[in-house]
Amino acid sequence: MIASFKVEHASRSSRFGTAAFAAGFVLLAAAPVWGGRDDLRLLSEIYAYVALASLWNLLAGYAGLVSVGQQAYVGLGGYVLFASAILAGLHPLLAVPVAGAVAAVLALPIAGLMFRLRGHYFAIGTWVVAEVFRLIASQISALGGGSGVSLPAGIVTAMASSRQLREFLMYWVALALMIVVLAAIVLLLRSRYGLALTAIRDNELAARSNGVDVTRTKLVVYVLTALGTAMIGALIFLQKLRISPDTAFSVNDWTAFVIFMTVIGGIGRVEGPIIGTIVFFLLRRTLADLGSLYLLMLGAVAIAVMLLAPKGIWGFLAERFGWQLLPLERRLRFGADTRTT
Amino acid sequence: MRVREWSNRLSTAHSRASVKPVYRSESNGSEQRHETTAPGILKNEIAMEWINIIIQGVLIGGLYAMFAAGLALIFGVMRLVNIAHGDLIVLAAYIALMTSDTLGLNPLLAIIVVVPIMAAIGYGLQRALLNRTLGDDVLPPLLVTFGLSVIIQNALLEFFTADSRRLRAGAIEVASFPLMEGVWIGVLPLLQFVVAVVVIGALQVLFYRTAFGRAFRATSDDQSVAQLMGLDNRHVFALAMALSLAIVAVAGVFIAVRTNFDPAIGPARLIFGFEAVIIGGLGSMWGTLAGGIILGVSQAIGAQINPGWQLLAGHLAFLLVLALRPEGLFPKVKG
Repeated sequence: MIASFKVEHASRSSRFGTAAFAAGFVLLAAAPVWGGRDDLRLLSEIYAYVALASLWNLLAGYAGLVSVGQQAYVGLGGYVLFASAILAGLHPLLAVPVAGAVAAVLALPIAGLMFRLRGHYFAIGTWVVAEVFRLIASQISALGGGSGVSLPAGIVTAMASSRQLREFLMYWVALALMIVVLAAIVLLLRSRYGLALTAIRDNELAARSNGVDVTRTKLVVYVLTALGTAMIGALIFLQKLRISPDTAFSVNDWTAFVIFMTVIGGIGRVEGPIIGTIVFFLLRRTLADLGSLYLLMLGAVAIAVMLLAPKGIWGFLAERFGWQLLPLERRLRFGADTRTT
Repeated sequence: MRVREWSNRLSTAHSRASVKPVYRSESNGSEQRHETTAPGILKNEIAMEWINIIIQGVLIGGLYAMFAAGLALIFGVMRLVNIAHGDLIVLAAYIALMTSDTLGLNPLLAIIVVVPIMAAIGYGLQRALLNRTLGDDVLPPLLVTFGLSVIIQNALLEFFTADSRRLRAGAIEVASFPLMEGVWIGVLPLLQFVVAVVVIGALQVLFYRTAFGRAFRATSDDQSVAQLMGLDNRHVFALAMALSLAIVAVAGVFIAVRTNFDPAIGPARLIFGFEAVIIGGLGSMWGTLAGGIILGVSQAIGAQINPGWQLLAGHLAFLLVLALRPEGLFPKVKG
């Protein structure tokens, strides 16, 4: 007889974790009350990086698509926002989803090309795409060409009635975007795509032989990641109020940092990039004066983590203590009536 | 990288200085000036100019092929893509600069010093670090070499600052000879191309005619069987990396002599090498030479149309090959 069962995602620690996340988000949403302008700016930056790192983690850690070219979509998002605000007169906040849509549409043919490159070469291929985007952006004279462009004051002031209100608004949008990205990732991982993704992460060959359509799943993840990354990129440059090809498509800012955060925090786990981003910003606060030495050390730490503790800080903790902050487990719970029969 | 490298190349092509870009729509002045000359001469000048461009592109293609050969070699032997490849080329250029400065060596003779140093670095790097990343998972080698790339770049930045450097090679830098009426060839670019052909030819012989190459091919075909036959994979991989970085050293010296360089130009070199590999076709050494030449010529043509399109044209050639012939133009099926 077929036992009746249900799949349970939550555990005791994930119930605690989810509650802590919810409380944390409420506290962070109130930041304009308890924080100053610098705090808001720093927090917004952290939100952007948490979201970027989480998306890269989904791409590389789950789908096995190790991209070093995600700056293509960060920059694309920024440029679409500036283009639609300056050239088409669209409200900047409305331009954020537009940026995501444009990136998702472009990501399809790009994936078609890049997926032809075998595993390792895919990484460098994505970098070429980012370079192509950068070179094209520096050819667009309407957006300042190689030297870039600022968002005109008129557009900025029209966003809200006062400067303070504008800053609050952008802060909340950044927080909301991060929460949406995290929630979307958690929901995706709990769906059947998530099960397929986890299978691919653990063993691609085994996943394929169990009927997972690996290419299709990877395509879905690639396009969704492009969409999210471009929206974050749009918001990042809306906050900077200025964009140029070199800042928009910077491999250091939008890929190297993001990879280091994810690897140090724990690749292949949703909590990893969050922990990694927090560690990164704590380190930056104390070591940023060292300049290039700081980056050198980050690279060394990332290599050491990759070799000695490849699952990162969170992977280590989760394995040692069985922690899981988010309800992502799948545990079969059999019904009481079936157990007695 | 970018325009600088191109303008350096231009300085060796004497005949080009006199030719005005007649087909650029915005430069009305030059078009009018040319109307007074006989149309036959004008056509001839344009033809000479394009021949020059193609030759320059072919010659720089040799350098790209050297970037590519080292990359293709280690991918062939151990399925590793070294993201730090470009930064190692720049490291070699700086080592050439230091040896030439401290020993007072002719820059081109510095190759004798730089090659063994880079080969030793390659062997050590593979034994100490990269061997530990190899396996079924693509993540560790990619992330470790990516971290290495960031480390090398910032270490160079720390020691040599972001200033752009150049290694002076004396008279040979500007020496050139006429190939035909109006077409000049620089001695240094030609030397670089010849060296590239020799390097790739030697690699081909080494790969298919020697015991050394047999070990590489055996490990590439089946690691565990190769090990059963008495090969020490860790040693074979380290030798392959040493060889790869020896080629990198030669390329680095030519970069140091031919162009201005700074710590940040590495990633672009990696990309050129990678594009040459893919255009040429995986697993074929002569294919990398063809890929390098196609990339070089595409860039030269792009730069001629609009200086901002030099790199873009190269990337588009790569994407076009990927779209139409993803296995590359000269693929060679290999295990």
